[in-house]
Amino acid sequence: MEDQTKEPLVSISGLSKWYEDFNALHDINLTVSMGEKLVICGPSGSGKSTLIRCINQLEAHQKGTIFVDGLEVRPEMKNLESIRRDIGMVFQNFNLFPHKTILENLMLGPIRNRGLSFKDAEALAMQYLEKVQIAEQANKYPAQLSGGQQQRVAIARALCMTPKIMLFDEPTSALDPEMIAGVLDVMVQLADEGMTMICVTHEMGFARKIADRIVFMDEGEIIEIATPEVFFSAPESERAKLFLSQVLGH
Amino acid sequence: MTKRPSAPAVPRKRLTVTDYTLFAGVIVLIFFSIYRVNDVLVYNWNWQRVLSFVVRFDSETGTYSANLLLYGLMTTVRLAFWATVLAAIIGLIVGYWRTCNNLTLRIISRGYVELIRNIPPLVFIFIFFFFISSQIFPALGFDNIDRDNVLVDNVLFRIFFGDVRLFSNFLAGVLCLAMFEAAYIAEIVRAGIQSIGKDQWEAARAIGLSRFNVLRDVILPQAGRKILPPLAGQFITLIKDSSIVSLISIQELTFLATEVASSTTKVFETWILVGGMYFCICFSFAVLFGWLERRARRSLK
Ligand SMILES: Nc1ncnc2c1ncn2[C@@H]1O[C@H](COP(=O)(O)OP(=O)(O)OP(=O)(O)O)[C@@H](O)[C@H]1O
Ligand SMILES: [Mg+2]
Repeated sequence: MEDQTKEPLVSISGLSKWYEDFNALHDINLTVSMGEKLVICGPSGSGKSTLIRCINQLEAHQKGTIFVDGLEVRPEMKNLESIRRDIGMVFQNFNLFPHKTILENLMLGPIRNRGLSFKDAEALAMQYLEKVQIAEQANKYPAQLSGGQQQRVAIARALCMTPKIMLFDEPTSALDPEMIAGVLDVMVQLADEGMTMICVTHEMGFARKIADRIVFMDEGEIIEIATPEVFFSAPESERAKLFLSQVLGH
Repeated sequence: MTKRPSAPAVPRKRLTVTDYTLFAGVIVLIFFSIYRVNDVLVYNWNWQRVLSFVVRFDSETGTYSANLLLYGLMTTVRLAFWATVLAAIIGLIVGYWRTCNNLTLRIISRGYVELIRNIPPLVFIFIFFFFISSQIFPALGFDNIDRDNVLVDNVLFRIFFGDVRLFSNFLAGVLCLAMFEAAYIAEIVRAGIQSIGKDQWEAARAIGLSRFNVLRDVILPQAGRKILPPLAGQFITLIKDSSIVSLISIQELTFLATEVASSTTKVFETWILVGGMYFCICFSFAVLFGWLERRARRSLK
């Protein structure tokens, strides 16, 4: 039983990435099993966003391999769309489509990528809107919603593709403090349902609660990977200690 | 529940002394011009003569029929319509190419835009017209599309393209105008596409939309709303620029007006009338775009 759930969904090996001459990622090796929750943390500019954006190829990598669900993801590949269907992504600034209603935001992917009919897409969208508890806002435009509501819509939009894995890039860091809890609740609920998740976040309480492993990055490298218990009580590296004292210090 | 006071009324805008002075100035100027034309020029106004070139009254049969200036107006409207459609399509494609990653497409589109923007319209139209009318049309058989005379009496064809015997002439005018204006529209489209942030592309790509779908569903609808005002200006410019093609003998309003003015010698009446006609077309276009803009703004709120 144990082994079946540990089948790797994402496996990254020898991954390096440059922006022009700047080496943003250096020799990253990481595997994520089915159902696993990973939290990535590290100082600003350490390459956290770059790493998760390579997984769905919003950024092209130059070296190394990335496998998602058994398929290799390469920058020059033609059918990126079919791989992205399996990878949901939530951005720091929500990135909703401002000219579409909430419902239309959710329906676009299922209609265009999965080929659902208008009716089926609408039913699916409503189902996920209820899940994130904003069904009553379905016909509003994004600008009419609060930041927290917008981010929950963004999560629902990603879920509408029924992805196998969800990537979160600092989903709460653009939110007012009182909005954060609502978004985290949705993410915890998602985690409890068994979704595979990679979250870049500075919410250490959340990390402690859901993470199976914590990945600490600095200067484009993975410095250490540990369970939350170990990471928060006895981090190995000096850099992780320093980082933790800064994040938890105040 | 306590009753809250309703919002205070917004004070109505009042005209100030400056406004009245300005109005008075304009009116004085108009009357002065009329006075100059009447008394100093000693000009013999004859509107009747020119108006008969719009609609002619046949005293023998007692019927009215359209005349040269009305034909010209119709041709100008058709010309403007087809050139606008074509220019919008070409401009959209070329404008998108300007933003592409593909180097070949970028070079082609950049070359097209720079070539056309940097030579005078008249020179471009002369070169382009003689090229297509002497080389391309004969090769495609466009110089005589109606060998069997089936289209001469076809009402729909007449409404949309005018007289079939003048079709190649008309088509040349449409092409010249569209090719020319498309370069400017392409620049507007490019600016519009580039004004939409990278985050919209990323969000759309992340839910698995293809490049084409991102453009159609996410980028262009937003860019379109932003570029409506400059686009309206460009389309109005196109209508006015359509008078340039009179120089390659396209029988539109300006071309026929030149003929009417010289045959009647009623220069003022003809050109004032024609100016009025252009104004009407352009202004209705401006009103249409104003309405579209308000609608677009409302849907974004
Ligand atoms: N498009 C880009 N072009 C050039 N350099 C970039 C680009 N994107 C990121 N970088 C650089 O790559 C490094 C890693 O960036 P990344 O956004 O992955 O960091 P991060 O860990 O997500 O930081 P933060 O916590 O601030 O979001 C940074 O030094 C950044 O300046
Ligand atoms: Mg980041």
